[in-house]
Amino acid sequence: MKAIVCVKQVPDTSGKVAVNPDGTLNRASMPTISNPDDMNALEAALQLKDDTGCKVVVITMGPPPAEGMLREMLAMGADEAVLVSAREFGGSDTFATSQILAAAIHKLGLEKGDVVFCGRQAIDGDTAQVGPQIAEKLDIPQVSYVADVVLEKDRIVCRRMLEDGYMTIETETPCLITCIKELNLPRYMSMRGIYSAYSKPMQIMDFNALKDETLIDRETIGLQGSPTNILTSFTPPQKGGGMMLEGADRSACKTLAGLLAGKHII
Amino acid sequence: MSKFENTKLEDFKGVWVFCEQREGKLMPTDLELLSEGRKLADELGEELCGLLLGDKVTDLAGELGQYGADKIFVCNDPRLAVYTTDAYTKVLCDVVEEKKPEILIFGATNIGRDLAPRCAARLHTGLTADCTHLDIDVPAYVDFLEKNSTLAPDRIANMKKATVKVMGQDHDVSRDLKMTRPAFGGHLMASIICPRFRPCMATVRPGVMKMAEPNPARAAACQVIELPVELSDRDLRTKVREVVKESKKLVDLIGADVVVSVGRGISKDVEKGIALAQELADVLGGVLGGSRAVIDSGWLSADHQVGQTGKTVHPKLYIALGISGAIQHKAGMQDSEHIVAVNKNSQAPIFEIADYGICGDLFQVVPMLIEEIKAAQASKLA
Repeated sequence: MKAIVCVKQVPDTSGKVAVNPDGTLNRASMPTISNPDDMNALEAALQLKDDTGCKVVVITMGPPPAEGMLREMLAMGADEAVLVSAREFGGSDTFATSQILAAAIHKLGLEKGDVVFCGRQAIDGDTAQVGPQIAEKLDIPQVSYVADVVLEKDRIVCRRMLEDGYMTIETETPCLITCIKELNLPRYMSMRGIYSAYSKPMQIMDFNALKDETLIDRETIGLQGSPTNILTSFTPPQKGGGMMLEGADRSACKTLAGLLAGKHII
Repeated sequence: MSKFENTKLEDFKGVWVFCEQREGKLMPTDLELLSEGRKLADELGEELCGLLLGDKVTDLAGELGQYGADKIFVCNDPRLAVYTTDAYTKVLCDVVEEKKPEILIFGATNIGRDLAPRCAARLHTGLTADCTHLDIDVPAYVDFLEKNSTLAPDRIANMKKATVKVMGQDHDVSRDLKMTRPAFGGHLMASIICPRFRPCMATVRPGVMKMAEPNPARAAACQVIELPVELSDRDLRTKVREVVKESKKLVDLIGADVVVSVGRGISKDVEKGIALAQELADVLGGVLGGSRAVIDSGWLSADHQVGQTGKTVHPKLYIALGISGAIQHKAGMQDSEHIVAVNKNSQAPIFEIADYGICGDLFQVVPMLIEEIKAAQASKLA
């Protein structure tokens, strides 16, 4: 049994975001973080390790600096890391990305009892597509929006959140689970973990390492293999021309109520 | 891998909407999507079809017909009564492979966002998540860009040519669905196309598309067609043990005419801040919302969240109390018809999009505002 955790390094969109004149994101000027939902996925895997002693492998696709994020995750308690990185993989949309990650997971080997954990979605694209698409490419069942996971013999029982409640879903393994923040509280790195992080295995999978996988085909990976294309990207205009009321006293409130009444809003 | 041939674009016709039902009831977003789908189908000069999966759900088709569908295809099977990824993916992909729709839209609900990516991966086609705007017509798209983007005029003018380079080749986008969605927490908008494969798939955020007026005459003309379902128990690798509706009343933010939201500004006295906002909402017949900070701090439950990671609302009146207006919050409310902001910090970004702003302490301003609104309402009645 092992847990494989798919993670992504993303620009921190909560702070100031820099946009290039052509409407694309100036990634170089922004700090990067580990995608928040992915930290819940990692924590779920580490808890499974605490309970069963299973191995935890973290895997990411991205440029070489993503190695730093993987080292932090090794320091948190993951056992091995895989960095999938190649020029050929660049420009991939969710379809092509899932194709490549599924190939890498297939190469690691997926057996009965194994669980692939993903975050629900990454904060840069917010698509929530890569998890389910990896599951499809690996032909394994998926459960998304998971807020609770329990191992019952060889089956996994999940609480899958809906807008108006939840479902309790039982799945066979191997399976893929996408995790939401309600699932757990991610742990910190431990001192011992930090010491051992640099002696744990870090595997780089480039194009050559994966080219014999059946899922890897130049027609289905990278910019060229992506079914979707960006037609244009732009920043939305600021709405303007609002009115600041003088003061914060009763007369300001009276003026505001009058304005809203005048427009038949109240 | 399926041998589904989906690169001959001319074989694919019609705009299709996946109509989600839960416990035999339609989701409101189905009707929004059909209303929007009608517009797209008219722009293409093609049919609008709904696809409904469930158990004994054929009777629901009548209501769907009122929102502009030409045909409703229904798949009934006891194994489709409750949503499972495996059963729905199998049945939906079988129908798509046979009927070959050109466009297939889903609501971006927790179920739509589970089903659509799985189907897109199986069908080998593109999927765009959480769209907030859809166009076929190029002039309409150019008009949308002129009103809603900061793109330079020459770049917008360039779009009028309707030709872009795809894989080094000139590609005519005049019949492609142009799917616009927020990215990077709402800092950027991107318009996406799926030029080489069909169906072109999209999920659309609930609450974004306007629902048309129901038209009973249309329902009478709508054809309802039941399709055979091929499912075996071996297709199903997950088992739903139970479906639980949360007993607490969930806030209907999306349908509300007035939303009063609170932000970090209530931290001084959370209980009182929420009580004041609730009272103001009650006076206005509205509902209570919150920013991400408020939900993350556990002050309000997640169903109250407005913003990129919460709900998108466009009420007639949105009142932001103690909300600074991070872009991720603005992404969920900036299309409100009227925005009022109360914030202590005169530099708060929320004031940039507010129609009316009061710079002050919400704990002092809101009680007075409640009284003045009551007075204004009373004088209107008098």
